[in-house]
Amino acid sequence: MMKNKPDEEDYWNSSKFKAFTFDDEDDEFSRLKESKQAVNSIRSLVEEEDDEDEVEKVSWSGEPVGSISWSVRETAASNQKTQREHAFPKINASSPSVSRSHSGYSLSSLFKGKTKPGNFQPFTDSLSESSVKLYAPELRKPKSESKDYISDWSPEETIHRMQQGKVVSLERFRSLQDKLLLLDFSVRAHDGNIITAVLIHLKRTLSKEVLFRELESRQTALRHFIHYLTEIRDHRLLLELLRALGRTEDAALLQYKEHLNIEDESKRRDFLKSCLNLPFSPEESAHVQDHYTLLERQIIIEATDRLAEHAGKVEIFQKFPRRASILNMPLITTLYYCCFYHYNEPEGTYSSPLNIRHTFRISEKQYFVTVLAARAKLKAWSDLDALFTSRNWLGFTKKKSPLSFHRVVDILQKNSAPTQVLQEYVGLVDDADLRIGLAQKHKCHDIVINTYRDLKDRQLLLGYRGKVERGSAEERKINDLLDSPHIRWKN
Amino acid sequence: MAAHLSYGRVNLNILREAARKELREFLDKCAGSKAIVWDEYLTGPFGLIAQYSLLKEHEVEKMFTLKSGRLPSADVKNIIFFVRPRLELMDIIAENVFSEDKRHSSVDFHILFVPRRSMLCEQRLKEQGVLSSFINIDEYILDLIPYDGDLLSMEYESAFRECYLENDQTSLYHTAKGLMTLQALYGTIPQIYGKGECARHVANMMLRMKREFAGSQNQILPVFDTLLLLDRNVDLLTPLATQLTYEGLIDEIYGINNGYVKLPPEKFAQKKQGEASKDLPTEPKKLQLNSAEELYAEIRDKNFNAVGAALSKKAKIISAAFEERHNAKTVGEIKQFVSQLPHMQAARSSLANHTSVAELIKDITILSHFFSLSPVSASEAFFDNLTVEQEFMTGVDTDKVNTYIEDSISQKDPLIKILRLVCMQSVCNNGLRQKVFDFYKREILQTYGYEHILTLNNLEKAGLLKPQISSRNNYPTIRKTLKLWMEDANEQNPNDISYVYSGYAPLSIRLTQVLARPGWRSIEEVLKMLPGPHFEERQQLPAGLHKKRQQGENRTTLVFFLGGVTYAEIAALRFLSQMEDSGMEYIIATTKLINGTTWIKSLMDRPESQAP
Repeated sequence: MMKNKPDEEDYWNSSKFKAFTFDDEDDEFSRLKESKQAVNSIRSLVEEEDDEDEVEKVSWSGEPVGSISWSVRETAASNQKTQREHAFPKINASSPSVSRSHSGYSLSSLFKGKTKPGNFQPFTDSLSESSVKLYAPELRKPKSESKDYISDWSPEETIHRMQQGKVVSLERFRSLQDKLLLLDFSVRAHDGNIITAVLIHLKRTLSKEVLFRELESRQTALRHFIHYLTEIRDHRLLLELLRALGRTEDAALLQYKEHLNIEDESKRRDFLKSCLNLPFSPEESAHVQDHYTLLERQIIIEATDRLAEHAGKVEIFQKFPRRASILNMPLITTLYYCCFYHYNEPEGTYSSPLNIRHTFRISEKQYFVTVLAARAKLKAWSDLDALFTSRNWLGFTKKKSPLSFHRVVDILQKNSAPTQVLQEYVGLVDDADLRIGLAQKHKCHDIVINTYRDLKDRQLLLGYRGKVERGSAEERKINDLLDSPHIRWKN
Repeated sequence: MAAHLSYGRVNLNILREAARKELREFLDKCAGSKAIVWDEYLTGPFGLIAQYSLLKEHEVEKMFTLKSGRLPSADVKNIIFFVRPRLELMDIIAENVFSEDKRHSSVDFHILFVPRRSMLCEQRLKEQGVLSSFINIDEYILDLIPYDGDLLSMEYESAFRECYLENDQTSLYHTAKGLMTLQALYGTIPQIYGKGECARHVANMMLRMKREFAGSQNQILPVFDTLLLLDRNVDLLTPLATQLTYEGLIDEIYGINNGYVKLPPEKFAQKKQGEASKDLPTEPKKLQLNSAEELYAEIRDKNFNAVGAALSKKAKIISAAFEERHNAKTVGEIKQFVSQLPHMQAARSSLANHTSVAELIKDITILSHFFSLSPVSASEAFFDNLTVEQEFMTGVDTDKVNTYIEDSISQKDPLIKILRLVCMQSVCNNGLRQKVFDFYKREILQTYGYEHILTLNNLEKAGLLKPQISSRNNYPTIRKTLKLWMEDANEQNPNDISYVYSGYAPLSIRLTQVLARPGWRSIEEVLKMLPGPHFEERQQLPAGLHKKRQQGENRTTLVFFLGGVTYAEIAALRFLSQMEDSGMEYIIATTKLINGTTWIKSLMDRPESQAP
């Protein structure tokens, strides 16, 4: 089995061959490398594909050949190959002899009381007859089983039978009291399926007022009813219910949620506007108001900008064509967009970044980060200069930032800012170690050199001389400093 | 195939066999050739029960994925839909049936609902006018699926959402049913403990079901001594933390689904001899992860920082085994060596796979010490994230706006990551100060979109995110009493469960540990601070079934996590099982295996079209 591979022969015959060497270094992940090497060196020893029978066969995707999800694909694929249409529709004249029995547990039989004895083999029965005898003495038929089919089941027994998957009739329960008993027993059974079935029955046979009133004192049933209405998307009734219960905030949120299903932006805007009067909690109310205001603006901005772009008169749209519509984008994305295309507009316009900042109470930090990212993308370095510059009462200027200059440098660097720009902001980093690290990384030599000078660290400066280009201005600067008689070096 | 299920303390293969038997019986009900149309979600869980070969033996000739439109022509007598009870699937089935009717084929239709049939679905089929086309409408009760030798899962993804958001207790009913089946197979569990509202409900239902079957006595010698039911909302903190065991990290980073993980293929490219490495695979590499694989069983529960050493040790052993060939001189010796080759080869390929997986994870998790690394590189982000988590868990600055979270929002990091952290801060502070709460909310809505009001509202309802109502924060008391934070967690040779989160000992597992010794009475105060009642129940055993325990024999506890459990928590329980003096072995059951991401995702608001 091994003979046609010469290097394997080598491996087998050579005794000096060492797979790899272990040293006892405690470096965690050099060990990973070792085991990788080991694996690689062993790999060539054995043929790859000679899986033994006991080894599960695995296709490349890793699923064992023969697993269900694998077979679904396989049999479907083979089907495609053989698939062909029958030239004539096949009419099977003799087929109806097989009686198509209805499921005994269908809703029609459930609600109209039509039972079809015999056709339906309840699951629990089949269970108790076969497998259960072997395994599950506890799952044997319950005591109530002995009763007859048509007899008068109490609400409790009815629920019990439903749990067994038996045919029952809920129509028989006409009095409110019986219906409520049904509901209470179904809740006690904790089977959501049965609770829902009873609730459907109640919904059909009770007036809304009565149903809502009774559900109010039955929280579990109520939750199931709400869930049911959500599932069948009967939002009108659901809203009525929530309002009747005084759960106005839930109702408001539910109604608000509807907007997600509205595609057309004008309709969506109008819908959001109609949500403004809903009884949200105060802070949620503010958010919904913002949502509406935002979409309203986006629609205006989008219309204006699309025109401008088509007209081809505005340079920025020519240089940087818009990639997507701004409609339904989050607020910060919208701000970024406006910083990109509308940065210098006066604060009076809808698309002015400053206006957006004030209207939506955007935090200073968020605002700075967004402007920074947008203007850096455009390489508008002078805008950044202005952004960070603040003037004190004496008229001196100073660079200030609500986010650390470390992060400012990150963002600039990601937008491939030139060294001079980076240097300026690296120099503003407070922490000396961090500053040097950043300066070295971004090759801001002046900062490194000046910092070492300030630290009076001759050794580090000497070391750094080796890293700058020969004959460059930086090297001269270092030499000048090293020769300077005015500095008292600490080493 | 499933031998690993029977190696454990409790032979879970019995459960699997019972499930297979039921499946066969259903298939035989539909006589003749068959095609199965699969709800794709179910193929994973079913894969844990049966292989295609079993279906084939029962005349299943074709299998398709459920899709709207026409069914592919199959030329079989029966078409069976294997589906979850979901309304939108019913609409697809109706379409399929109509298209088949147009073909005038004489095929018989059946539906198998997994795990339960549903009124709503049958009503929908009726509305669509196809209900009468079905000869069999049945249910396949797949409540508890054996996952591994000590692990059962219901794979009931929405259980937590249903219980705590929608207050729908159907999943609890299924849990109770599943536990009854389990008791039918493994004997009545004499002692039941629980903590939480849902736990109380499940216990009540079990006791009632038992009363209803009182006529028959279970004559099986009990395998489990104790059942512990734990609500997930008793411990909301643990799933939010990043798991740091090997298996936990695989799940956090790549997601384990039904025992499989899909990985980026690059590190698995195998250069075969005589074959140029021309086509690198582009499909993800899929690996099966369970204790059937010897190496995986050894390393899955280790802290990731101990995995490298374990792999290298294994590599030594394997290469030593291969070196043995030099000592094989006689024909007999060579023959023996060759006979061991398949096993060695399997071990070798297993080692290769896990070395690659560990490398993938290492690239993401291990902080590089070089400053020159870009600050947003994956590993640094991972480390920063971890640092913040640990600050929260130790109670540092949980009452202030956290700069890292703020920065992550402004960088537009994935929303789920933000939500995990904010929720964690809220849980560790017993609610956020109103100002902090409002700030996070505003930043999230402004950055990710106002429609997330709905998601934030869900998280509030589930108790994960809330404003502080009382000024009393009881988390520090809970942390100290239960020793949730261990400064000197030993990752290499752990002596405490806190190793699974490199310092944080999962609250849920501490409760389990204390219950075993010295008992919950010692922590009454803390139990009262956690939500929901705690209780103890006993189930009478028929005379003669009382276990006569050998001296030093371990007791067995089934811990059931209602609403989900993480791999790290499982690792912690396995660690307790293995501790020499613990005297307790744990089997784990859950509604679903979760991690912070999948868990938060399950609570997010969904557009209508994706509603269940």
